[in-house]
Amino acid sequence: MNDLHDILKILEKDGRITSSQIADMLQKPLEDVERVIAGAEASGVIRRYKAVVDWEKAGDHRVAAFIDVKVTPTRGVGFDDVAERIYNFREVVSVYLVSGEYDLRVVVEGSTMQEVANFVSQKLATVDRVQSTASHFVLKRYKEDREIFADAPPDHRLAVTP
Amino acid sequence: MTSISKNVQSVSASGIRKFFDIVAEMKDVISLGVGEPDFVTPWRMREACIYSLEQGRTNYTSNWGLLELRQLIAQHLQNLYKVSYTPENEILVTVGVSEALDLALRAIVDPGDEVILFEPCYVSYAPCVTFAGGVPVTVETSAETGFVPSLEAVRKAITPRTKAIMLSYPSNPTGATADRKSLQDIVNLAREADIFIISDEIYDRLTYVGEHVCVSSLEGARERTILLNGFSKAYAMTGWRIGYACAPPEVAESMMKIHQYVALCAPITAQETAIEALSAGEQSVQDMRAEYNMRRRLIVKRFNDCGLSCSEPRGAFYAFPSVKKTGLSSEEFSERLLHSKHVVVVPGNAFGASGEGYVRAAYATSFEKIEEAMQRIGEFVESLPQAVGAL
Repeated sequence: MNDLHDILKILEKDGRITSSQIADMLQKPLEDVERVIAGAEASGVIRRYKAVVDWEKAGDHRVAAFIDVKVTPTRGVGFDDVAERIYNFREVVSVYLVSGEYDLRVVVEGSTMQEVANFVSQKLATVDRVQSTASHFVLKRYKEDREIFADAPPDHRLAVTP
Repeated sequence: MTSISKNVQSVSASGIRKFFDIVAEMKDVISLGVGEPDFVTPWRMREACIYSLEQGRTNYTSNWGLLELRQLIAQHLQNLYKVSYTPENEILVTVGVSEALDLALRAIVDPGDEVILFEPCYVSYAPCVTFAGGVPVTVETSAETGFVPSLEAVRKAITPRTKAIMLSYPSNPTGATADRKSLQDIVNLAREADIFIISDEIYDRLTYVGEHVCVSSLEGARERTILLNGFSKAYAMTGWRIGYACAPPEVAESMMKIHQYVALCAPITAQETAIEALSAGEQSVQDMRAEYNMRRRLIVKRFNDCGLSCSEPRGAFYAFPSVKKTGLSSEEFSERLLHSKHVVVVPGNAFGASGEGYVRAAYATSFEKIEEAMQRIGEFVESLPQAVGAL
């Protein structure tokens, strides 16, 4: 369990690190690390590996919006069935059930603001039992997945100190 | 022309400086020579500092330091090590451990008094003893004994002029820690000889194997121990220059007397930040320690893989591999490595004669840089003609 936790923390930060590097960092046999990772992949603890991309910097000006959705819950299923109807759309990046004034927070991406707006008004707002939506377009990404999207400050340390 | 004091002249400038000058003219250098965290002070602490400035906290504090900070230090030591110090008259906030060490030595050393140091050790110890008018007496240690001297060796070093023994575990440069039994034996010796113990425990929170033993917590130690610690390493606060000393009232008062005339107080901004560090910095300490620990295992493995025998450093953020098999001296190895592969390590003899044959490699640098540096060191070792057959 502890091994799994340590390995997951390393992979969460750097999905491209090799199993053999992980083994050295944790002082564990390579086979053990490989077995734990394979197990986590098979059981769905590790969903997939990805890069955190600064699309702005890559010149791809895609549009993202947080859509807050108010839903009438149903006996027996709560919000799950509505969430499912929503998360299956390919435009939807994330869906969370949240506390507060709204029930679902949906992250939607598209190539233009119009595209996202159309999706919200035609697809999202019309889902059964969706009472209302509030859209917040992302204007600038400062930090995502613990990654700050600004240039890292230089290392100010002296090269040799006692 | 009048001259510099003989005492000061007798101390040579740190050997590390030479490397600093060479590095300054190089590009593409990876430095494993830095004796400070690569993390910047966690934002939570920096933000607290900014707030204190906004509130206009720019005044002097009590010579002892802010009472709130001393109370937190007392609580911290109580929680970690079950050691009790009275915030009012046994805890002195200082300008880093460096000042605390100087104060401790000046408070207890009379001209000609001897202070025992275990080498290899931090570069300041012997010079500070000299500046205080004392005589440094070194006990050599080696990798074979985990850089902890035998009790016999320590006993032999004690003379009627001995005033104190200086302890420093976890150690810079070796990363060595000392277990409870070894430290208790040394404390018992100090009691027999009725001498002080100065224990520099600045790396206490960076202990990766076993527990850190606070010397003051050992039986019979507290009454003769001057405990030095600070915020530089655990909280990545080196440049803030903030540390503290804990000692019995008479000693603490005497140290405060010197401190009050030479420094007045530690900078209030650093004190305010230290308050935040002790109140809310624990998770940051744990996170940084976990990160160092992974790098530690990696660098030790890489050194051993490339044929440079490196015993496991249990604390601090230094590996101290032996370069004896290369046939080069510590300095030759470090200089040639720097010139041919642009990697900085610090020659072990900078930390005392018994450091000859070793180099200090700090792993307070990113995982990627450690991998790159070790790759280059491996190539360098392979390129040495002396290495053939020897490795």
